[in-house]
Amino acid sequence: MKNRIVVAAAATLFAVAAATLAAPAAEKLKVGFIYLGPVGDFGWTYQHEVGRQGLVKALGDKIDTTYLENVNEGPDSERSIEQLARTGHKLIFTTSFGYMDPTIKVASKHPTVDFEHATGFKRAANVSTYSGRFYEGRYIQGMIAAKMSKTGVLGYIVSFPIPEVISGINSTILGAQTVNPNIKVKIIWVSTWFDPGKEADAAKALADQGADVLMQHTDSPAAMQIASQRGLLAFGQDSDMIKFGPKSQLTAIIDNWAPYYIQRTNDVLNGSWKSTDTWGGLKSTLVEMAPYTNMPDDVKKMAMDTEAAIKAGTLHPFKCPITDQDGNTVPCKGGDHLDDGQILSMNFYVKGIDEKIPGK
Amino acid sequence: MFDAIVQIFGLIFSVNFILTVITASTPLLLAASGELVVERAGVLNLGIEGMMIMGAACGFAGAFVSDSTIVGAFTGVVAGAAMSAVFAFLTLGLAVNQVAAGLALTILGTGLSGLIGAGFVGARIVPTPQLHLPVLTDLPVVGRILFGQDAFVYFSFALIIGIWLFLYRTRLGLVLRAVGDNHTSAHALGYPVLKIRMLAVLFGGGCAGLAGAFLPLAYTPFFIPGMTAGRGWIALALVVFASWRPGRLVAGAYLFGAVTFLQLSVQGLGLGIPPQVMSSLPYLATVVVLVLISRTRGAAGSAAPASLGVVFVPDR
Amino acid sequence: MQLVLEKRAERSATIAIASPLIAIALTLVTMAVLFAILGKNPITALGVYFIDPLTDPYSLGEIAVKATPLVMIAVGLSLCYIANIWNIGAEGQFLIGAVCGSWLAVRTNGTEAGYWVLPGMLCLGALGGALYAMIPAICKVRFGANEILTSLMLVYIAYYIMDYLVRGPWRDPHGLNFPTTAPFDPVATVPILIEGSRLHAGTLAALLVVMLVAVMLGRTIMGFEIRLAGAAPRAARFSGFNSDNLVLFTFAVSGALAGLAGIIEVAGPIGYLQPDISPGYGFTAIIVAFLGRLNPLGILIAGLFLALTFIGGENAEIAIKVPLDLTKVFQGILLFYVLACDSLIVYRIRLIGASSKAVAANV
Repeated sequence: MKNRIVVAAAATLFAVAAATLAAPAAEKLKVGFIYLGPVGDFGWTYQHEVGRQGLVKALGDKIDTTYLENVNEGPDSERSIEQLARTGHKLIFTTSFGYMDPTIKVASKHPTVDFEHATGFKRAANVSTYSGRFYEGRYIQGMIAAKMSKTGVLGYIVSFPIPEVISGINSTILGAQTVNPNIKVKIIWVSTWFDPGKEADAAKALADQGADVLMQHTDSPAAMQIASQRGLLAFGQDSDMIKFGPKSQLTAIIDNWAPYYIQRTNDVLNGSWKSTDTWGGLKSTLVEMAPYTNMPDDVKKMAMDTEAAIKAGTLHPFKCPITDQDGNTVPCKGGDHLDDGQILSMNFYVKGIDEKIPGK
Repeated sequence: MFDAIVQIFGLIFSVNFILTVITASTPLLLAASGELVVERAGVLNLGIEGMMIMGAACGFAGAFVSDSTIVGAFTGVVAGAAMSAVFAFLTLGLAVNQVAAGLALTILGTGLSGLIGAGFVGARIVPTPQLHLPVLTDLPVVGRILFGQDAFVYFSFALIIGIWLFLYRTRLGLVLRAVGDNHTSAHALGYPVLKIRMLAVLFGGGCAGLAGAFLPLAYTPFFIPGMTAGRGWIALALVVFASWRPGRLVAGAYLFGAVTFLQLSVQGLGLGIPPQVMSSLPYLATVVVLVLISRTRGAAGSAAPASLGVVFVPDR
Repeated sequence: MQLVLEKRAERSATIAIASPLIAIALTLVTMAVLFAILGKNPITALGVYFIDPLTDPYSLGEIAVKATPLVMIAVGLSLCYIANIWNIGAEGQFLIGAVCGSWLAVRTNGTEAGYWVLPGMLCLGALGGALYAMIPAICKVRFGANEILTSLMLVYIAYYIMDYLVRGPWRDPHGLNFPTTAPFDPVATVPILIEGSRLHAGTLAALLVVMLVAVMLGRTIMGFEIRLAGAAPRAARFSGFNSDNLVLFTFAVSGALAGLAGIIEVAGPIGYLQPDISPGYGFTAIIVAFLGRLNPLGILIAGLFLALTFIGGENAEIAIKVPLDLTKVFQGILLFYVLACDSLIVYRIRLIGASSKAVAANV
């Protein structure tokens, strides 16, 4: 009797083992990432890399990821994207505006590969676009800055006058104006997304000219460093930069790509991926705020209340009426706030900013 | 318009501005000082950018690993000198064309520094401390400018003064200048031309390495690939701008640093000048100055050491 | 005991042929060592770098596409370098050529312009590059200013000019304010040679340039003057050749070729003007010129080889996760070895001992 049980158990085990071994190993989905800068930039590219690592952590045994960093936005990018498509990657994330046309071109040659392009506006059957409503975070930052600034002058370090940057500046000022209608801002264009030396110099120049709260739309923690050295306050960008300014950082806008990456990869895995346009903000957690630090409790409460209101949809940073710096009222196409199209193509400063947009 | 001029003046003559310009100009001064000696000896080393970025990567690595910026500075110097040693071997030992070798050095240095530095991106170190003397540093105006700088800045002052003394007040300096002006005659007189040039090149390499190390150790205390951002090329221009004279080199370095910084701070004044115009100012200024100083030399051409860049192989 | 260089009585022919091969062999060995240090299998890695791109028609096409601007610029530069004139500003001339040619494309965009647009753009590109190169040339000839530095500084200025135009007046009105011009019309685009690849007519143009320059150097008076000026400048002066004209000519030609390469790149693989049109072609071309020993055919081979390393480097990033910086290291090392080996064509190394008998270490 015992013998038969043993034999039966052995047979079962053997069968199970055989079945497991005989089953074909599930082929891993290959996911590729194209990065503009180095993963260590602590800014834009770093956050995408954090997203990728989050993806690996969540779906590790089902996927195989590759990333290419420092991919120039010129013709080389088309080759890099093409190479990923040719080497079996079925989902490819291209993380900068300048990859738009190359992505579309490669996508048209590889209909079975799905592409996700960040911050672009061209789509196809196999190309989606995604970006973050960073302006929501900017609004909150503007309010905090106006509360915390003693000189009433904000310093803004920016790269290039593209709509995303302009809408960020406008949103900041609109938020600031709700606290201090006479808030002033000094803007310095460093003509690069990433140059720590230049960003540090810009921060120093702004500080010298009276700005005591610094914000940036560039990618390195240099400005935060300078703020820390000079005893000023600042906002981090793309990632939490508190390490570089423990007593300076008020908060930071964090690009939280991991949940989106996980969701889209799952879509590909279960075959439900479709071309979409995702523009997520605080509500969808694509954009997150770093913990509010170095501010008194009442300011913190104001920030958290505003954040909650934006998430609930009761507060929109670009609520009408909005007046541009020439005094004209901007047409209101979204009901009681500017619509997405207007924000995506924003090409004017709001009233309260004295300088002009370069190149206009 | 007048208002703008007043604002710019107010900007320039502020202590903060001067302080920032001094720190921004220090890597230029350090690298250019070394290259001055090299070119005075008759060798044109275009690889400054490569040596600087290697100095930055290795300097940061050294400081991070040893937790000391002095060790970091030393590592940077050694890295720069090592790179220049390869250059010296090629151009002095094998009589290779100096322009080509210098460019190869730049490319090699840029690539190597990326490989070495990759593991250190995102790491943080404690930056070089600034001097603080009890009464002196707190003096108005001059206090922080003269007594509140970090070691690199003071070293750069000492370096250029030392170079001036060396070139114009020592016999070896005279010999070096002779080698640069006419290596054939110097050789005929029995001076070891190649040896002097090699020492000069190594010195220049060390200076470039130190200049590069300054950036992640003192200026912005973290390492990013490519953080030299073309400063090596500007240092090259500075040497010519200075007509190969130490005094003018200092003036040129600070002028350059000022223009580079000014183009950012003027934006804050809201004058509406396109940022690209401002960004191109330092380079435009260099071209203009190069033309002007060459013109004043008249038919004699530039004031360069006559044997600059000419390959020398001793006849036996 | 010391090593000294001794000029050979005659350039060694065997070394002249063997030198590039030795240099490549040395480079491969060094690279293998570097791969091993990075923890990768050297043989696989070298295969990914050099063999794989050659096995796939797409990669071959890409090599040609990448090599086209490199070869075109390098051939022009070689004319300068042979005569010891140092044009380091090819990158700037490339950009200005792209800008000048793009002006026509932007002007005629959307209008039903005829087939004259592309040739017009190419001419403007070459002209623009040539004129821009004349600036350092005139500074040298008229004022004696060092052309290395002037041409280099002008690279930065050229970049900012292009940046301003593409972010300002030439911005695509329908492009949501992003810094690109409108995509060029088909009449303003360089035709593709093989459907489905990016291989374009510019490659044929580059080959044509190589042949024309080879003929010019070998068979015309100007070519002779250039070669003489490099080999024996005083003899050239005594023959009545005007060295100033030579400077102007070589700068103009190299500027024109760089400008032409610029507009071809923009009107071909890219299709519109944007701030990022060159990953440093003007500087890489300098390496190609030296690797090709300043000889048009050599430059063609060197350009293809270097393009191979770029493509191979990108493949290596995907296949074996090797950083892209390694490609730069490789190119720098290759150039060093080539320069070193080439020196042995002209010189011989001797070991001089303390004894009176010199021990010649014949290489």
